[in-house]
Amino acid sequence: MHSKEFGIIENVSRDFSREETLEMFRRACRSREFELHAKNAFDEKLIKAPIYLSFGQEAVSSALATSFPGASFFVQHRCHDFYLAYGGEMAALIDELLHRPTGCTKGMGGSASIHCPEIGMFGHDGFIGSQVPVAVGYAFASGKNTLAIFGDGAAEEDYVLSALGYAAHRKLPILFVCVDNNLSILTKVEVRRNWKITDVAASFGMPAVDITDDPWLVMHHVKRMSLPAFLNVRVVRHFWHSGTGVDGEPEWRRFELIKEELGRLGLRMEAESIERDTAAEVKKAWESRLAASA
Amino acid sequence: MTVAETIQKITREHLEKNKGLALGQCLTAVGWVGGTVPEMKEEDGLVELPMADVAGGGIAAGVALAGRRPIYIVRYQGFQWLNSALLVNYASKSKDVWGIPCPIFIRSIAMDGGIGPVASGSHHTIYMRMPGVVIAAPMTPGEYQTVWDYFMVHDQVCYVSEHRRSFPIDYEMEDIIHPQADLTIFAISSTRLNAVEAVAELEKEGIRANLIHLLWLKPFAVSEKMRTALSRSRMGGLVVDGDFENGAAKCIAYDLMRESGARVAVLGLEERTAGFAPRLDNLPPPPQKIVKKVKEILS
Repeated sequence: MHSKEFGIIENVSRDFSREETLEMFRRACRSREFELHAKNAFDEKLIKAPIYLSFGQEAVSSALATSFPGASFFVQHRCHDFYLAYGGEMAALIDELLHRPTGCTKGMGGSASIHCPEIGMFGHDGFIGSQVPVAVGYAFASGKNTLAIFGDGAAEEDYVLSALGYAAHRKLPILFVCVDNNLSILTKVEVRRNWKITDVAASFGMPAVDITDDPWLVMHHVKRMSLPAFLNVRVVRHFWHSGTGVDGEPEWRRFELIKEELGRLGLRMEAESIERDTAAEVKKAWESRLAASA
Repeated sequence: MTVAETIQKITREHLEKNKGLALGQCLTAVGWVGGTVPEMKEEDGLVELPMADVAGGGIAAGVALAGRRPIYIVRYQGFQWLNSALLVNYASKSKDVWGIPCPIFIRSIAMDGGIGPVASGSHHTIYMRMPGVVIAAPMTPGEYQTVWDYFMVHDQVCYVSEHRRSFPIDYEMEDIIHPQADLTIFAISSTRLNAVEAVAELEKEGIRANLIHLLWLKPFAVSEKMRTALSRSRMGGLVVDGDFENGAAKCIAYDLMRESGARVAVLGLEERTAGFAPRLDNLPPPPQKIVKKVKEILS
């Protein structure tokens, strides 16, 4: 069920160290702040190509970067948060969105096809879900821990399903994460299919879990799953599929829920400090790059 | 050594010495892909993929990203409508978009009809329009080795339009050039064998036809030999292909015309679907059809 409580484990946040929790939160703050500035730049027409914002979904990338570090990862079009969470240089991403040759993909990738070999990130070619079989091939040939990230729409692509099956058959070191915002653009999952992708993954013989985007819950499962494995994480996309429009109130605001939990963990002061510091860092980065000539 | 033996040898050496991988469906089935796949095992690098044609292309791209220079084997070129998706949209574009080469040696095998609507003929045209891919159609052992050697020193996707009629060939094919000719034929893939017969038949009727065997389809370079042959051909040229005419043949004819100023016609598969019955099949132009077309041009 698409809810903020789906699959929740009570007090799961207490299974993690203070350092892990605060690192996760720092990454989430960076992504979130970045996306707000990206939104502003888009609204001011400084970004002239389609933009795919992950605002509202940042808990997943920050949890994965904290609990599945060092993996080679293959993303889809909504990937700013993954780039940042895994340590991508912020200035290079800003320049990419501003279409500059100093961008992380030299202006070729835009918002949707960014890549960064330095952090193990491979860009997306535009075919929905294509990164899944490519990630499977990479995991097969390299033997390295690999992360394949895709949305609930991509989960229906025929080549994604067969790639899952092959990964299971070969017992590959790959974690599949479906960032499930319940929408393919504006069409809900229930309109498109009556089956669950986690059931399909489980039928291939891999561990498969369907949960909400509580980051501690994500980290809990990542640390326990043997690969290959599948996580379907329910999230709420705050802005439109492409662009900065909004369709009403989000079903839940995970970032606010994280802060509430940090308060319950006795980390409110630290969280406020992190939020303040990352806001300043991101603001400075954007101002610096916007002031720089192309 | 035949073409089949050459492919086997190349594959074996690539797996044994280069840590390469060879991927495909049903590789280890009866016949080992027309005797072109060495009898090796999974642990040697001969990898069986599932019956998932689109995903298979993506898996090959991922293997290439990991630096293994895969040989990706597609047993019928018609399957490329499915296999090509991630080979053209990911692998071929990877270097342009991200500066990361994704070199794959795509073995794409054609045959001359006999299986009805299953598209068994040459389908190199599918890849012709896309950037980032090199296309060759070798028919001899020397040509095949040349294409492989090219692949190993470059970092592109290489589409090898193979044909089963080439597998037993153990000789090289020389171009036929006359000081003055009526027409120059440019033949691709298995039509080269038909064109040799056609040229001999035309000769008996007093018609002098040059024959230039085309190996590299894309990028297509109009050589001095081609220009000279066309300039000394009374009625221009004819590109003969085992694919449909609206593709590689017309692209090449256009390039030849631009570079030479001569008129160049095309002859390929008929514009219809093949049927199983021999009378309904759609085959690459046989010698008689090539002869007929040449006479039409000359009349």
